[in-house]
Amino acid sequence: MHKLWASTYKEFLLVTRDLGGLAVLFLMPLLLVIVITTIQDNSFKSIKETKLPILLVDMDKGKVSEDILKSLADSKLFQVDMAASDEEAKQQVLKGDYQLAIVIPENLSSDLQIKINENVDGILSKFSDNEESIPEVKSKMMPKEVKLYFDPATQQSFKSSVRSNIDKMISKIETETIYTAFQEQLTDDPSEDIFETEKFITFTEIVPSKYKEALIPNSTQHNIPAWTLFAIFFIILPLAINMVKEKNQGTFVRLRTNPVSYATVLGGKTIVFLVVSLVQFALMLAVGIFLFPLIGLPKLDVTGRLPLLFVVAFFAGLAAVGLGLLLGTIAKTQEQSAPFGATFVVILAAIGGVWVPVFAMPKFMQVLSNLSPMNWGLSAFYDVFLRNATFVEIIPEISLLLIFFVVTTLIAIIYNERKNAV
Amino acid sequence: MIQINELSKKYKGADDFSVRDLNLTIENGEIFGLLGPNGAGKTTLISMLSSLLKPTSGHFTIDGLNYKDNKNQLKQLIGIVPQEYALYPSLTAYENLMYFGSMYGLKGQSLKDDVNTHLEAMGLAKFAHKKIDAFSGGMKRRINLISSILHNPKVLFLDEPTVGVDVQSKNVIMAHLKELNTAGTTIIYTSHHLNEAEKFCTRVGIIDHGTLICLGKPQELIAQEENAENLEGVFLAKTGKALRDHA
Repeated sequence: MHKLWASTYKEFLLVTRDLGGLAVLFLMPLLLVIVITTIQDNSFKSIKETKLPILLVDMDKGKVSEDILKSLADSKLFQVDMAASDEEAKQQVLKGDYQLAIVIPENLSSDLQIKINENVDGILSKFSDNEESIPEVKSKMMPKEVKLYFDPATQQSFKSSVRSNIDKMISKIETETIYTAFQEQLTDDPSEDIFETEKFITFTEIVPSKYKEALIPNSTQHNIPAWTLFAIFFIILPLAINMVKEKNQGTFVRLRTNPVSYATVLGGKTIVFLVVSLVQFALMLAVGIFLFPLIGLPKLDVTGRLPLLFVVAFFAGLAAVGLGLLLGTIAKTQEQSAPFGATFVVILAAIGGVWVPVFAMPKFMQVLSNLSPMNWGLSAFYDVFLRNATFVEIIPEISLLLIFFVVTTLIAIIYNERKNAV
Repeated sequence: MIQINELSKKYKGADDFSVRDLNLTIENGEIFGLLGPNGAGKTTLISMLSSLLKPTSGHFTIDGLNYKDNKNQLKQLIGIVPQEYALYPSLTAYENLMYFGSMYGLKGQSLKDDVNTHLEAMGLAKFAHKKIDAFSGGMKRRINLISSILHNPKVLFLDEPTVGVDVQSKNVIMAHLKELNTAGTTIIYTSHHLNEAEKFCTRVGIIDHGTLICLGKPQELIAQEENAENLEGVFLAKTGKALRDHA
């Protein structure tokens, strides 16, 4: 026990003496969570609040293009600039001046009107006994194409979102035109309300909760757990580097000749780096609770969840430390440990669902994600943060994290024993 | 007593043995110099004796104990001063010594007293709370030595303990080692400083190509070797003048 305490104290001194390392351990994760939350929060807001400059080429000059222009303006998503021609719009988007250009084709309004009128006439004639009312000749019009030019650098998710919004606008215009055509056919009084054009189906977002006061998830509530976990796992880097340094300094060789077990040496590291990960976690929470509201981000709500959050952080920290001990045991140089450690954490984060939700991954990756300790940790954090889970409900996830720590540490000890057996 | 029987070591992938069928007995209280050209097998032999390397074949005992059956007991019995500075640069001399002392199970006031006594004896008391980072090579060598003798080992292995240090530091180190030996510690050390070995050792063994080629008291070996005026003469006569570069 005395040797474990001495090892722990030595690790504490080593960590606290390295100010640069401390800054990386504590400040960089904070910076990471602030930057990511700000970006994600703003990208969410940008769809709702900020206006995206787009180009519109109106070759129709009719009612449809007027309606599209009005809908674009009303949507508050876009700031619409006009371009004279298809080619000009294309060039401007290609140069990257605009992320999107919409080209409304010639005669869209008139052709749409003709098409709808013909359809309406056709439908109404089916209800009429008068054979003569059936139009004999239908105009043969080519389908109209509204062109959307996207900046090549535009992300697919953004494209889909914009395309869906524009599609919605055009559908609405088409529907209104159909209603108007029927109205004109059925009554001579344009002010008469035949059709109720208000939305009949609406959507209500409900987050199921076991409690009356359900927490509405916001970007902070999603980002803090995900990126905190990411930061906690990044502890494998300084830990592995600390161990590789010991090998290079010769202190590890000295320790091998001392009557102390490798488990005791690792024990000291585990305690100190686990405390570091908990301090990291506490700082992350503090940033979410106190700093975020000051910089215009949603506040992190931890009401009634704090003890369980620390339980999850403790076990996630243990898993991260176990991985760091294994990497530090196997790696011979910092050139091996640092790039491998960093890349491996990013891979674990990716398959763990930190960036893309697991349900949105391909089937194979969904299976693989079950093997990522970050997935277990993230599930546990979301259970506590967003689903008001109890301790019993997170036992499966924290057990997996504990098993991961035990297995990785045992592998490290066995590997070391075999490699250095005398 | 150290009893070595038919001890061999061949590294994985190596063409030849680094140590081959070595037999040697070192009595308690000796200062034994293990001499030899670069790559002769000195460090390999010391590494096997200090539990850092597994022998390919053969066996040895230290005070009747072996690593297979009495690992921790044996480790408690010996001290190893490695060739490199095996110290934490960002810790102070005092912190390093307290830590390594603790690894031998030492603690409390007695450990503090031992650390201070050794620092005083090595002329480092006033630098006790300075970081190792700031130490000169000679100062680091002295701390390196203290780290290995805080637990009063019965057998002390030293791998080139005075390499790269100034004359003053060397004198202090050698004097301290003499004191330890007088107090009963058996010393086995490797060195390229043959003059130092000649004065310091009670017995030397010259090893080359992994084999012990010469063994005896320095003065006896000098007397036996024709035209040799000192240990260096004996060394060159036994190992030749060809360069021993290898990679």
